Amino acid sequence: MGRIVLERVEKRFGDVTVIPPLDLEIEDGEFVVFVGPSGCGKSTLLRLIAGLEDASGGAIRIDGEDATAVPPAKRGLAMVFQSYALYPHMTVRKNIGFPLRMAKLDKAERERRVEQAAAVLNLTEYLDRRPGQLSGGQRQRVAIGRAIVREPAAFLFDEPLSNLDAALRVGMRLEISELHERLKTTMVYVTHDQVEAMTMADKIVVLQAGRIEQVGSPLELYRAPANRFVAGFIGSPRMNFLEGAEAAKFDAHAIGLRPEHIAPSPSAGMWKGRVGVSEHLGSDTFFHVHMDGGAAPVTVRSGGEVDMHHGDTIYLTPEEGRIYRFDSQGLSIA
Amino acid sequence: MARAVTNRRKTVNTAAAWAIGLLIFFPVLWTVLTSFKTEAEAIADPPVFLFFNWTLENYAVVQERSDYMRYLWNSVIIAGCSTLVGVVVAIPAAWSMAFVPSRRTKDVLLWMLSTKMLPAVGVLYPIYLVFIELGLLDTRTGLVIVMMLINLPIIVWMLYTYFREIPGEILEAARMDGASLGNEIVYVLTPMAVPGIASTVLLNFILAWNEAFWTLNLTAAKAGPLTAFIASYSSPEGLFYAKLSAASTMAIAPILILGWFSQKQLVRGLTFGAVK
Repeated sequence: MGRIVLERVEKRFGDVTVIPPLDLEIEDGEFVVFVGPSGCGKSTLLRLIAGLEDASGGAIRIDGEDATAVPPAKRGLAMVFQSYALYPHMTVRKNIGFPLRMAKLDKAERERRVEQAAAVLNLTEYLDRRPGQLSGGQRQRVAIGRAIVREPAAFLFDEPLSNLDAALRVGMRLEISELHERLKTTMVYVTHDQVEAMTMADKIVVLQAGRIEQVGSPLELYRAPANRFVAGFIGSPRMNFLEGAEAAKFDAHAIGLRPEHIAPSPSAGMWKGRVGVSEHLGSDTFFHVHMDGGAAPVTVRSGGEVDMHHGDTIYLTPEEGRIYRFDSQGLSIA
Repeated sequence: MARAVTNRRKTVNTAAAWAIGLLIFFPVLWTVLTSFKTEAEAIADPPVFLFFNWTLENYAVVQERSDYMRYLWNSVIIAGCSTLVGVVVAIPAAWSMAFVPSRRTKDVLLWMLSTKMLPAVGVLYPIYLVFIELGLLDTRTGLVIVMMLINLPIIVWMLYTYFREIPGEILEAARMDGASLGNEIVYVLTPMAVPGIASTVLLNFILAWNEAFWTLNLTAAKAGPLTAFIASYSSPEGLFYAKLSAASTMAIAPILILGWFSQKQLVRGLTFGAVK
């Protein structure tokens, strides 16, 4: 079981409030991703759940029990750190077995569980190596191995993939998702990468300045962002925002258009502009368009190969029903 | 591009390094040479360097007149125990300063270091009285306590520096893995800091071995270490340069040999944190 409930949890460092009181419920077996720009308090929130930071107020309940004052070792949670945080003087076997040793399990049982975890993570042949002799991806798997042997109530991941190169990151992302499918254990995952959040999460918690901006499934956030911040943060490339006269036409302070919801045409459309930088990826083409009379360039995505280049005239038409409207406070207008 | 160093420059640098090295080493060398001379040759003018009648007589006399092994044993006990106790006391102290620093941590560290700037003679009188009161005068226990206390700031500082290099996340990982504070220090922090701890032990052993002020003032016949052994030969009457040199050689030999074999560790230890 791993149901985690935060009730009015807050964190202050001296006079600085990092996390104002917030409430959050994480259901058993859920894959929850905390996402937000750096410094938004997502890691602090994770560390509060882990017990590595003491809450300045409020309560943290794990499976109904008040864990607010319980030390990290006793919370029954396992954590995977950004830096892997492996014990460099121990072999992989000892690293993975360390939590079991601390739990005073007998040697045979420890061996059995370490072997099992190693098999799951394809680490069997590296068991007698030290972390220094492993690649980044292998080290990350050892860190995950160390977490799964404990059979914790929940896994906490603190930006676990940010030290890996792009190709490895995609692979590990899949591995962690598969692990979640197999173990069905609660996972709380912190990242600043909205692609990771969108691809892995059952539920995304978008944070800004310690506040929860919105909680929802990836597609809920994509389709119905609560405000301009969430709208801009979720989706890649990010949403275009137009203010002023264009927005007023839609009876809003600002309108948001996702690059994939704008149809480009060389001949006719609602808005006229000029192609700036164009990125031809083969599968997609991204145009950065300078609209006539517009300030910031608008990003437009077009499927496949499109034969338009720098300086060409381009017409843009927004997809109907996909225009997001925001008021002057930045909140979505329904 | 690496800075180009000409061969001539290299030769000059090497020669200069050797010259400075020899200059520093010369007094030790001269002491060792003198210890093999007769008393007459020891004060000969002009001094003789290598061509004299080599003799072991001084060593025989020194050994006959005083029990070298007893002094040696005292030195080993005092330097060894004070270092060991110091490290055991300093590890938790350095841990707390490195990993859970408070607003006052820097002040505490500086204050500890400032005690090293205090002239030792300033506290001799009170300590002497305390020692008389507690019956610690001329005991190895007393010296172990004093040595441990005077070297503690250095031990804490060195360990603090090493511990600061250990990523806090690893200790947090241990905490998440269910390690108690004790387990965290014993199974994770200490093994990771072994090179640093070894350097600290080595340096403090040497410092305690060479300490003369307190050993001379707080010991008489029973607990005197090798520093007291040398001092007993520096008599104002008569000419005992050769014997004094023999005693000195015997006193510094063990630590010199230890230093020789552990020089790599020492250099690494002393430059740790300075260069990464």
